[in-house]
Amino acid sequence: MLSTALTIAFALVGAAFTLSFLRLLKGPDATDRILALDTLYINAVALLVLLGIQLDSPLYFEAALLIALMGFVGTVALAKFLLRGDIIE
Amino acid sequence: MKRDWLPHPVLTPALALVWLLLNNSFAPGHIVLGLLLGWAIPLLTLPFWPERVRIYSLRRLIAFAGIFLYDVLIANLAVARLILVGPRTLRPVFVVVPLDLTSDLAISLLANTICLTPGTVSAHLSEDRRQLLVHALDCDDPQALVATIKTRFEAPLKEILEC
Amino acid sequence: MSLASEILLSLLVVSGGVFTFIGSLGLWRLRDFYTRLHGPTKATTLGVGCLLIASSIHSGLSGDGLSVHEILVSLFLFITAPVSAHLLAKAALHRRLESLAALPHDPAPPPTHVALPDRASPCGGPLRDGT
Repeated sequence: MLSTALTIAFALVGAAFTLSFLRLLKGPDATDRILALDTLYINAVALLVLLGIQLDSPLYFEAALLIALMGFVGTVALAKFLLRGDIIE
Repeated sequence: MKRDWLPHPVLTPALALVWLLLNNSFAPGHIVLGLLLGWAIPLLTLPFWPERVRIYSLRRLIAFAGIFLYDVLIANLAVARLILVGPRTLRPVFVVVPLDLTSDLAISLLANTICLTPGTVSAHLSEDRRQLLVHALDCDDPQALVATIKTRFEAPLKEILEC
Repeated sequence: MSLASEILLSLLVVSGGVFTFIGSLGLWRLRDFYTRLHGPTKATTLGVGCLLIASSIHSGLSGDGLSVHEILVSLFLFITAPVSAHLLAKAALHRRLESLAALPHDPAPPPTHVALPDRASPCGGPLRDGT
């Protein structure tokens, strides 16, 4: 039963990836693209957690944690860039 | 004298807890090391923390956390339903929430809470820190929304952090 | 693994997937930036939270002892998601994106000038009187 649930969840997260990626391509504004990137990294965290459950390995959490950290920093840096025109003062 | 060697009594146990979670272990050695780090890091980064955090009522903090988690769940179900029903029925609106809070931490916590809970995202804090601009996804009565935010989230935060 | 715990795990995994999907669906089908912002910040965060709880229970049941790593990741996501949403909304107001809701004018005008140093960061430097 759990393997069926995992398959369904993989399919849903994959569909979420596709939709976010379409939004990333479509735009229309830079903020939309940044939001799509933000969603993509959270989806990547979800995918890694699912892989960790399926393969029964604790290693994937380190990767998920790192992606969560780096993705947040990236989103903040890009948003700051739109607000200010530069990042490093 | 005491303030000098333990500048942030709230931050120390929080950092120790993060260290324990990061190591996925509650062994006594890790607890000692975590407390040591939780003591040393705030001391070394003292210039970055201009504001002294003080919690006035732990009981209210726990009650607030409970309300918060429940509201996150409800708000998520509501937003999921709105997305599935369709974009044409939405009535998005900008509302301005006047703030009674004054400290930086309390305002940031309120803004974060608003972002996660009742179908709203905080968009902009005015220059004088007295007004928070909030975008609501679907709202037919802006006055009621402002009243809800003020009584449900702002009042407990004020009691917890500013007495 | 007992039947009850397996049902609970499957339920958490599927609802996590559904919420993640709904978040991205909102990102795709809503019609202006400010409403699009709601999908990823709320639904996706809860979806990933569900998956992390499921993962924590799973490693507890498979005999390695309850894993508490996951709490850290979900705590981190719960803290950072609103911050990035706030910054993106601020950037959108700054760029004056068109909106389905009436953009506010008088009481709290969005920043048309570039404020230096930035006052929105919660612990950035000493307070400065804005007047």
